Amino acid sequence: MINFALEVGPTATPEAVMFWILAPIAVAAAAGMIFAKKAVHSALLLAWVMITLAIFYIAQDALFLGIVQIVVYTGAVMMLFLFILMLVGVDSSDSLVENIRGLRPASIVAAVGLGGLLVSLIGRATLGTDVVGLSAANSGGNVQGIAEELFTKYVWAFEVVSALLITAALGAMVLAHSSVIKSRTAQRDQSIARFRGASLANAAGLPSSGVFSRHNAVDVPALLPDGTPAPTSISKTLEARGDMLSSKPFELEEKEAEED
Amino acid sequence: MDVSNYVYLSALLFTIGAIGVVVRRNAIVIFMCVELMLNAANLAFVTFSRIHGNLSGQVASFFTMVVAACEVVVGLAIIVAIYRSRRSASVDDASLLKR
Repeated sequence: MINFALEVGPTATPEAVMFWILAPIAVAAAAGMIFAKKAVHSALLLAWVMITLAIFYIAQDALFLGIVQIVVYTGAVMMLFLFILMLVGVDSSDSLVENIRGLRPASIVAAVGLGGLLVSLIGRATLGTDVVGLSAANSGGNVQGIAEELFTKYVWAFEVVSALLITAALGAMVLAHSSVIKSRTAQRDQSIARFRGASLANAAGLPSSGVFSRHNAVDVPALLPDGTPAPTSISKTLEARGDMLSSKPFELEEKEAEED
Repeated sequence: MDVSNYVYLSALLFTIGAIGVVVRRNAIVIFMCVELMLNAANLAFVTFSRIHGNLSGQVASFFTMVVAACEVVVGLAIIVAIYRSRRSASVDDASLLKR
C-alpha cells in the first residue's frame, strides 16, 4: 500500500468547503489565462487567481501575506501589467503560428509529465509530522511574529532585498528611458517654417474650423473668403476618425444655385 | 479535507504556469505565467509554514513577493524597450541572431 505520508491532518469543515469551492475556480482561471487569446483577459484571470490565493493565505493563518498579496499583487503588479499592455497595444494579438514544429504538443506532454511527477512526489513524500498549526506561532499576532523573524533571523536578507529593490527601480528607469533624437519644435521654429515655406498662404496660421454665422462646430471645414471650403481647418484626428461633416450645404455656390 | 490538498493545488498551478511559459508567444503573457508559478510556490510555502507551525515559510513567501516585484519591474521595462525598437511584443520576433 502506498503510504500517503503527507496526509498530515484534517482541517475544519468550513475551510474544506471554501477550498473545494475556490480551488476549482482558481485552476479554471489559471487554465483560462493560458488559453485566452487576448492578453487583457489573461491579466484579469490572473488577478482572480491571485485573489483566491490571498483567501487561501488568510484561511491558513497568514493574514499579513493575504493582505500583502492583494495589495502588492492584484493591486500593484497586475496594474503594472495592465499599464504595459495598454502601452504596448491591447490589440497586438498573439500569433498562433508555431515557429518550432511540434512545440505545443511536446510542451503539453512535458508539462503533464512535470505535473504528474510533482503530484506523485507530494503523494509519496514522508513528512513524519502532524499539522502543528500556527496558533502558537501567531500567539503574539501574525504581523508581530513575521516582524520578529524578519528583523532578527532574516535581517541580512531583508537588507539585501532592499538593495535589490533599489537596483530594480534604477534598472527600470535606465531601460525605459529613451534619449531625445531631435530637438523639440518650438513656437519660433514653427513660425520660421511658415514664412520660409513654399507658399505664404498659411503664414498667418491655419484657418479655424467651422462655418461662421451658419455653423460653428469643429467638425465642419471653414469657408474661405471666396466661398471654397478649407480642408486644412479640420483637425487631422477628426478626419482620420471620419467624424467630419461636409461643408457643402454652407458653400456660396450652392446658395446661388438655389436662388437661380 | 487534508492540508496537503493545498500543496497539490500549488503543484497544479505551477504546472499550468509552466505550460503557459512554453506555449504562449506574447512576452507579457509569458511574464504573467511566471508570476503564476511564483504564486504557486508561495502557496506551498504558506502551507508548509502551517504544517510545521513555523513562520519562516511565511517570511520566505514574503521575500518571494519582493523578488517577484523586482522581476516584474525590470522585465516589463525590457519588454517596453524591445517593443520600442521592434514594434512587437512577441518573443518569436526577437530572433536577430538566428538570421
